[in-house]
Amino acid sequence: MRRSQKDTDESARRITRRALLLGGAQAAVVAALGLRLRHMQVEEADQYRLLAEENRINIRLIPPARGLIHDRNGVIVAGNEQNYRVVIVREDAGDVEEALARLRKLIHLTQEDVDRTLRELSRRSAFVPITVAERLSWEDLARVAANAPALPGVTPEVGLSRHYPFGGDYAHVVGYVGPVSESDLAQLETPDPLLQIPRFQIGKVGVETRLEDALRGKAGSRRIEVNAVGRVMRELDRQEGEPGASVQLTVDDRLQNYVQARLGGESAACVVMDVDNGDILAISSAPSFDPNLFVRGIGVADYRALMDNDHRPLANKTVQGAYPPGSTYKMVTALAALEAGVVGLNDTVYCPGYMDVAGRRFHCWKRGGHGRVALVAALAESCDCYFYDVAQRCGIDRIAEMSVRLGLGQRHELPMSAISEGLNPNRQWKRERHGQEWRVGDTVNASIGQGYVLSTPLQLAVMTARLASGRAVSPRLIKAINGVEQPVNPGEPLGLNPDFMREIRRGMSATVNSQRGTAYSSRIEDAAMRMAGKTGTSQVRNITAAERARGVVRNDQLPWNRRDHALFVGYAPAEAPRIAVSVVVEHGMGGSTAAAPIGRDVSLFALHRGLPPLSAYPSSQRTRIENERRELSLRSPDTPQSGQTRA
Amino acid sequence: MSYLEYTVKTVPTGLRKVLYINWALVVLLTAIASVGILMLYSVSGGRMEVWAEPQMERFALGLMAMFTVAFVPIWFWRNMAGLAFAVSLVLLLAVEFVGTVGMGAQRWIDLGFMRLQPSELTKITLVMILAAYYDWLDIKKTSRPLWVLIPVVLTLIPVALVLRQPDLGTALLLLFGGGVMMFLAGVHILYFIVVVALGVGLVAAVFMSRDTPWQLLKDYQFRRIDTFLDPSSDPLGAGYHISQAKIALGSGGWSGRGFMQGTQSRLNFLPEKHTDFIFTTLAEEFGFVGAASLLALYVALIVFTIVTALSNRDRFSSLLTLGIAATLFFYFSINTAMVMGLAPVVGVPLPLVSYGGSAMLVLMLAYGLVQSAHIHRARGRT
Repeated sequence: MRRSQKDTDESARRITRRALLLGGAQAAVVAALGLRLRHMQVEEADQYRLLAEENRINIRLIPPARGLIHDRNGVIVAGNEQNYRVVIVREDAGDVEEALARLRKLIHLTQEDVDRTLRELSRRSAFVPITVAERLSWEDLARVAANAPALPGVTPEVGLSRHYPFGGDYAHVVGYVGPVSESDLAQLETPDPLLQIPRFQIGKVGVETRLEDALRGKAGSRRIEVNAVGRVMRELDRQEGEPGASVQLTVDDRLQNYVQARLGGESAACVVMDVDNGDILAISSAPSFDPNLFVRGIGVADYRALMDNDHRPLANKTVQGAYPPGSTYKMVTALAALEAGVVGLNDTVYCPGYMDVAGRRFHCWKRGGHGRVALVAALAESCDCYFYDVAQRCGIDRIAEMSVRLGLGQRHELPMSAISEGLNPNRQWKRERHGQEWRVGDTVNASIGQGYVLSTPLQLAVMTARLASGRAVSPRLIKAINGVEQPVNPGEPLGLNPDFMREIRRGMSATVNSQRGTAYSSRIEDAAMRMAGKTGTSQVRNITAAERARGVVRNDQLPWNRRDHALFVGYAPAEAPRIAVSVVVEHGMGGSTAAAPIGRDVSLFALHRGLPPLSAYPSSQRTRIENERRELSLRSPDTPQSGQTRA
Repeated sequence: MSYLEYTVKTVPTGLRKVLYINWALVVLLTAIASVGILMLYSVSGGRMEVWAEPQMERFALGLMAMFTVAFVPIWFWRNMAGLAFAVSLVLLLAVEFVGTVGMGAQRWIDLGFMRLQPSELTKITLVMILAAYYDWLDIKKTSRPLWVLIPVVLTLIPVALVLRQPDLGTALLLLFGGGVMMFLAGVHILYFIVVVALGVGLVAAVFMSRDTPWQLLKDYQFRRIDTFLDPSSDPLGAGYHISQAKIALGSGGWSGRGFMQGTQSRLNFLPEKHTDFIFTTLAEEFGFVGAASLLALYVALIVFTIVTALSNRDRFSSLLTLGIAATLFFYFSINTAMVMGLAPVVGVPLPLVSYGGSAMLVLMLAYGLVQSAHIHRARGRT
């Protein structure tokens, strides 16, 4: 379509006219905008500046209350207590050093506190509150609050911090919390913003760290308006966080307290398990330490003392300590041999006090020998030669297999730190680990739980529970999270010949209850609570040729750390087992003298749900037991429970 | 004259087209986009990767798109106008069915590599179809009622679709865009006076009916309108944002608090500090000097665009370029008026500065059309 020149010109003129009109209108709008901008930013700038200063919006996280940890009966073993502290905000304080100097006149601050605060202040953003001092008394807090006008940017605050009311009793089970470290942050892909709060504490060891996610809860937040000196003007809105989940342990507080006290200053470990469902009723490692020290930030001297202690208080020996199980391993050897069919229930072995194997002489613990022994007597009197013999017939691989079936040499999943796997040696392992063939001497050593075999007290307790119940019981430490019962694992039947099991149990019962048994002095008189068990004494040293030439060196002549470990595993009541116990006393010299009495006392306390009457003990021991009890420092059972906090 | 009357020799071909690009426009666009990237860097607290870097990539992409569109002769785009408009209407309809809900409204189509906002595209295609319509229409018929009705319908279809999303800001921009095109094409001024008068009358009637037995709206609808017009009546909702925006803007003063020193913008009180409210950050950190400079850049861009429009001698090119200039103007003036508390809060981004892919890309495509018209216009003799 062609248009006339007149039309196009007219059109162009019209467009130009209208465009100029529109441009004019636009110019007017821009002028209005410019004037408004000038009005706001030049004429009224001071007013808006003031509003801005008075009207700063800040988002503060509200740390959730950490979940409480209870024992199986609801006693709080890890709680939160109120913690008064003073924080300082750099951008509000102005001259920080001046503010700290003034603060120092009001409350006690060490030079270290001041230096640390200055360091943190210079590192963090100007608006982040930095804690100057914590755990102040109410009086200190009141003094700071009263002098607030002279202390810009300094605010007293109340927070919650972790408190372990029973000190060392749960140090190894519950563990402790501590400040977030750089390495903690580095391990997480998407760190919770809570972790950025200075001095926020997270679980470092034990249940506290393994159940960290449940215990921590979710942060709340509040939007607040603060004025130029950091004073909160008003809260705009508030989103409550979620407190952490409460965790219920299977541990019984009274028993735990008793076990810890009974172990006393020994370097020892004890585990008490419910035979039926695997619930851990007590799990103690001694000596212990006060976890509250770590929550506060442990001092250098205290830490040195813990590290230098040769009884290793920081180690949780119940799951981290791997010991040669000694004679407590003999049930494994016996069952393996019986199941393999290489020995009958009534077959006897002659024990002259030693056995020569592959040109080496292996001694029985009893120099004179036991004479002819069958299974029950071999267990009760702990005759080594019997096991040397049957182990050779059965071979190490079948022993190792039985060991696994009974719960040794594997990591039982409990929410505790650094759980050891122990060691079930077999041919393949030795080839891979040492590049050597398995030798028959190794089998002989392993048959009595020496040599390469290593087990933890927890594993020994599991083994005992399995022997007592005939089922593959697995341990459980967490009873419930937020009231939700955690799964129990009573285990499948082990599938072992019931006749063999009965005989093994008979042997264990005879160990404690027959006059020739190695734990006879630790028997329980009360017929309804009779115990069955097995003692063990395991060497931690190699006897040198010189020592052998001089004759047997008596244990008590050796330095402490070269003495034998004392072990005991047991269950009770012998006829209808309810609990299984394992005890390891490091360098305690003899299983029957150092470990079995602990096993008995702990079993009695567990079955009785308290201190048993003296009539449960053999009459000859009652006076001694009574005296020992007086020295035990037990918590009174009705320690007041203040729930959340001590104000 | 019409595009058919070009003397082909006067139009540059091949690489010579590069010489005819309106470089002033390119420089201004780049300057404004740079301000945006700088502010996005500041708002994210000094991090490139959050907003600044993606924005740079999109601008680079936009520049490429602009040059591509620019090198295609303008008559091709004129022929495409109808198709482009149809496609954008289809996309708007598609949003109804496959769109994802963002910010409480259904606006996006996810294309995989980017999220397309068809309502942005429609702003340009509406201008194109109306420019093409008036290029085709006999100039004498411009003000006849039937020929006025057609562009009104063409405008109201996308407006209705966008309102359904609901996106009031974009619907208003489309309405203004359509109106401006008709105004520029020379529709008689009386039509506009009548429409404005009717609109004012309707609003007045609605408001006067309030609290009378025959009120035209429900109470809650009135309350919504109240908040829309006067945000301070809802201090915790929209009003809270606008009063905080004003504080941030006003406290910038003459020369501002300095780059990355804005306290108000940093305190997270604005949920859309990187999109609709980015102007407040600029005003707080660079003060009146900075904010006025950005306004000056926009004014310069629009002035240069109008100049090139008026030197285009064919109707389609002129109308298209003017329409684009007007759209750009509506964008930035509504956005800045909003953050200054002069206009109600509607979701309108600051063009080229606010973070966002569709708006940036569509604006650059529009300037591709402007450049195409500029390159391929008749030069020398007529």
